[in-house]
Amino acid sequence: MSQTFRAPRGGRIDRDAKLRFTFDGRSYEGQAGDTLASALLANGVHLMGRSFKYHRPRGVLSSGSDEPNALVSIQRDAARFVPNLRATQVELYDGLVAQSQNRFPNLRLDLGAVNNLLAPFIPAGFYYKTFMWPRKAWDRLYEPLIRAAAGLGRAPTEPDPDTYLNQYAHCDVLVVGAGPAGLAAALAASQNGGRVMLVDEQSELGGSLLSSVSARIDGKTAPDWLAATLRTLAANPAVTLLPRATAFGYFAHNMIAITERLSDHLANPRPGAPRERLWQVRAKQVVIATGAIERPLVFPDNDRPGIMLADAARSYLNRYGVKPGKRVVIATGHDGAYRAALELAAAGVEIAAIADMRQAPTGPLVEAARAAGLTVRTGCAITGTHGSLRVTAARLSPLSSDGKLGAPRMVSCDAVLMSGGFTPSVHLFSQSRGKLKWDDQLDAYLPDLSAEQERSAGACRGRFGLTQALSDGYAAGASATGAEEQRHFDVEALEADPRGVVGAVPHDRGPGARAFVDWQNDVTTKDLKLALSEGFQSIEHIKRYTTTGMATDQGKTSNINALAVVADQSGRTIPQVGLTTFRMPYTPVTFGVLAGHARGDLFDPIRRTPIHDWAVAQGAVFEDVSLWKRARYFPQGAEDMDAAVARECVAVRNSCGVFDASTLGKIEVVGADAAEFMNRMYINAWTKLGVGRCRYGVLCREDGFVMDDGVVGRIADDRFHVTTTTGGAPRVLAMMEDYLQTEWPDLKVWLTSTTEQWAVIALQGPRARDILSGLVQGVDLSPEALPHMALAQGRICGVPTRLFRVSFSGELGFEINVPADHGRAVWEAIWAAGQPYGLTPYGTETMHVLRAEKGFIIVGQETDGTATPDDVGLGWAIGKAKPDFVGKRSLARPAMSDPNRKQLVGLYTADPHLVLEEGAQIVASAGQTPPMKLIGHVTSSYHSAVLGRSIALAMVQGGRARMGQTLYSPQAGGDISVTVTSPVFFDAEGTRVNV
Amino acid sequence: MLLITCPYCGPRPEIEFAYGGQAHIARPERPVELDAQDWAEFLYMRTNPKGVHAERWRHTHGCARFFNALRDTTTDQFIATYRTGAPRPDATETAR
Repeated sequence: MSQTFRAPRGGRIDRDAKLRFTFDGRSYEGQAGDTLASALLANGVHLMGRSFKYHRPRGVLSSGSDEPNALVSIQRDAARFVPNLRATQVELYDGLVAQSQNRFPNLRLDLGAVNNLLAPFIPAGFYYKTFMWPRKAWDRLYEPLIRAAAGLGRAPTEPDPDTYLNQYAHCDVLVVGAGPAGLAAALAASQNGGRVMLVDEQSELGGSLLSSVSARIDGKTAPDWLAATLRTLAANPAVTLLPRATAFGYFAHNMIAITERLSDHLANPRPGAPRERLWQVRAKQVVIATGAIERPLVFPDNDRPGIMLADAARSYLNRYGVKPGKRVVIATGHDGAYRAALELAAAGVEIAAIADMRQAPTGPLVEAARAAGLTVRTGCAITGTHGSLRVTAARLSPLSSDGKLGAPRMVSCDAVLMSGGFTPSVHLFSQSRGKLKWDDQLDAYLPDLSAEQERSAGACRGRFGLTQALSDGYAAGASATGAEEQRHFDVEALEADPRGVVGAVPHDRGPGARAFVDWQNDVTTKDLKLALSEGFQSIEHIKRYTTTGMATDQGKTSNINALAVVADQSGRTIPQVGLTTFRMPYTPVTFGVLAGHARGDLFDPIRRTPIHDWAVAQGAVFEDVSLWKRARYFPQGAEDMDAAVARECVAVRNSCGVFDASTLGKIEVVGADAAEFMNRMYINAWTKLGVGRCRYGVLCREDGFVMDDGVVGRIADDRFHVTTTTGGAPRVLAMMEDYLQTEWPDLKVWLTSTTEQWAVIALQGPRARDILSGLVQGVDLSPEALPHMALAQGRICGVPTRLFRVSFSGELGFEINVPADHGRAVWEAIWAAGQPYGLTPYGTETMHVLRAEKGFIIVGQETDGTATPDDVGLGWAIGKAKPDFVGKRSLARPAMSDPNRKQLVGLYTADPHLVLEEGAQIVASAGQTPPMKLIGHVTSSYHSAVLGRSIALAMVQGGRARMGQTLYSPQAGGDISVTVTSPVFFDAEGTRVNV
Repeated sequence: MLLITCPYCGPRPEIEFAYGGQAHIARPERPVELDAQDWAEFLYMRTNPKGVHAERWRHTHGCARFFNALRDTTTDQFIATYRTGAPRPDATETAR
């Protein structure tokens, strides 16, 4: 028989819509509107999980996001497997498949429960003490064992196939929490036309009103008032209502992060429909109306299935039409549990007893319970329970006003409902860096000083009870819009005394009894006492040692009780003990919603050159260089990279190669003071560089170290075409702008990034001029008219060009700049013209080898932020007559001219076929053992097909004075002998570029 | 995420900006004339105050202009933003 604990009437569920679901493979029935927890309870199932450490059987404790026990995994398919969801928040749908966690082989029989028997041996911090030695056992034994035992649910095995949205929003007032206070705040804030967002983590807006059956507001029942209020708000176009939306993080300057669940509650989400949406809301004002969380009682064996919070039981009964049991014991130190007793009794649940720790509770709820004939025992503490997979009895002991316990009595039951009162939910306020203040009357931390433009309202600032929550919420909503407005709500309800109890319930059960404080992390009062006795005083240390209040739960149900136990044990007050930090997220957030679209191809922007598709068609292999895709090499047939690069290198040296250099950074420096600006920025002298000439420029930081390099062409007296490294363009432009805007605003100079305006085709090799000659118009390519390091402006294939005669290969070379839109066409024209010469496309790998053969550095490869121009052999570039340039003063420091600085050299390995590892260290003598004195490192290393041997560039201490020396690179297989040589391996005279 | 008021564009989210370090440190007119100590002071030494800090920001993904700001490092609240070259405002007068 199914749903035996479903009340015959009541609740907000759809009694006509039956839903099938499975839990650990067993089929059950529920109703539309159920959560997984309420549906399981309707079927009499309380056992929903095993605890984290001791594997104790656990039932559901709460009915909302504060649930520490009932963590389940929901599986739609292999990829859609979500662990660690709170069953209290999982909305039931037809066909839902749920599994319990942290148990083997199954929930009722869990071998891990041996930990429960071992509990005396594994108190807080046991692993710090137990797994001390032997040291070697850590890696192979202890750590794998601990890791296997740690954690809760398992991760899905396949990539997440779902999509997630990201939305920015702005509003005048963001109200977090749609209970009575939040609804009233939204009503007030929306009356003057401001943009209001009202968000709530639950599937329905309403908060405590959703489980309120007896209260009346302004003459309406609570559900009717709720419906009317939501209609009013929904009719206002300036109001956005967001259910299933958890405000999980409060960031600086009123930026609130909200995750909205879009499809997890649907049986058959539309394929491709987004699963969640991340809202990043910038609110002018925030009203925090997050309510309060009921506090459990800390008594021995308080964690058996069937023991739950009293207000959770009300929620199950009133909202879901589910009875928590047939015969319940109510254990309380707060009036609220009487409301649960009254409502359950009215629904036909037998109330075995109300055990109230307080000596003489009074008030309308207590009186109503007595009037209803319920058994109320005052001065009565719960000191234990019986049962294994379900509570079967409660141990009730008389408790005198001086704390003495009388003879206990066992009361049989199938559920225990407890309440210690309510703890204001100050998580978001605390995240906003607001300061909390302890309230002695309410035994609660309440919001005090705000750090942001926010205000708390209702129970989350200690204004408990429907009457107070509504009026406080309304006032907060009004004041958030700058109005000082009050409104009276006519409330008929039995109000509870806000005061409750905190800390451990006294017991006479001896030292073996375990009273849980933190259910999720299996922390008992004994663990807290142990931490104190071992010398931990700070609550932050106690938290980390015992793990109380940690992890996904963030101490929602446990925080204040833990503080009270520590305070009690250490003879301090709670404010003296302090408070640990509330961390975001309020409840766990999926990685998917944080990543949004930024995954796969969209993780980072991808930059492609105008010639990219041509290279793809030619079968190029690409590499990532900053955000660019660059062709690395062009394999033919079955060639591997080494073979392709060797062929490409030889082709360039013997005939001609063509290379896509479009990714080079380009900055147009323009203005009357352009030359002066260049003089101040770059180490080189620019004044005398004629129009139509190029120069290799080196840029240092103010500390004198090389930052970037590139060829600079003078287009006109007042115009420079500056090139930078591919990856360095943004930071070079930023640095130029910095100096121009903040140090030399008087200079008439304008800087423009032109990187993507120009396609750059590098044509390199002895036949380059032959190939180009038929394609250009108005450009004299002769060595006399266009010598090395000259530039011409004219046309190529009818397209305007800035034609640089420059070479990064050591061969006759041209870099043909054309407007990016024409890049592909010009490239193909050159390609066609080059066919008779065997023109060969080459990639970055060949470019690297060619330049290394010539000893040309690459910034970031030979340099590492500690190399001066002179260190890398570029001292000649410094304009020594200039009074100043960026880095000049630093280069004058004595340490910068120390002859023992690392300097750029070439290395030949003794074995010409052996290619050194880039990054390999260099030492002075063979046969050393660590620690060795390292005197240098290899920066570039290749096989040179043209030279028929390996070559390497290295930075070696005093390297230029070591020419001919034999040094060593220590490797696992033994020392590699190398000879120091000039970094220029090929055509040292430089004759090949001057043809 | 901080909300930063660019003096040229108005309030914009932090992701549009780049931080530029301490403000009001002028590069010496003639660095070569500085001794090692003074040059090191200029190059490396920066304050790290708990409280109001004058710092540079650049609206990189907006107008691309540098400007200065007074920010309280303990609260992340901006007390003022102002154009490069303008004197540092009096923090007490402009506080919220």
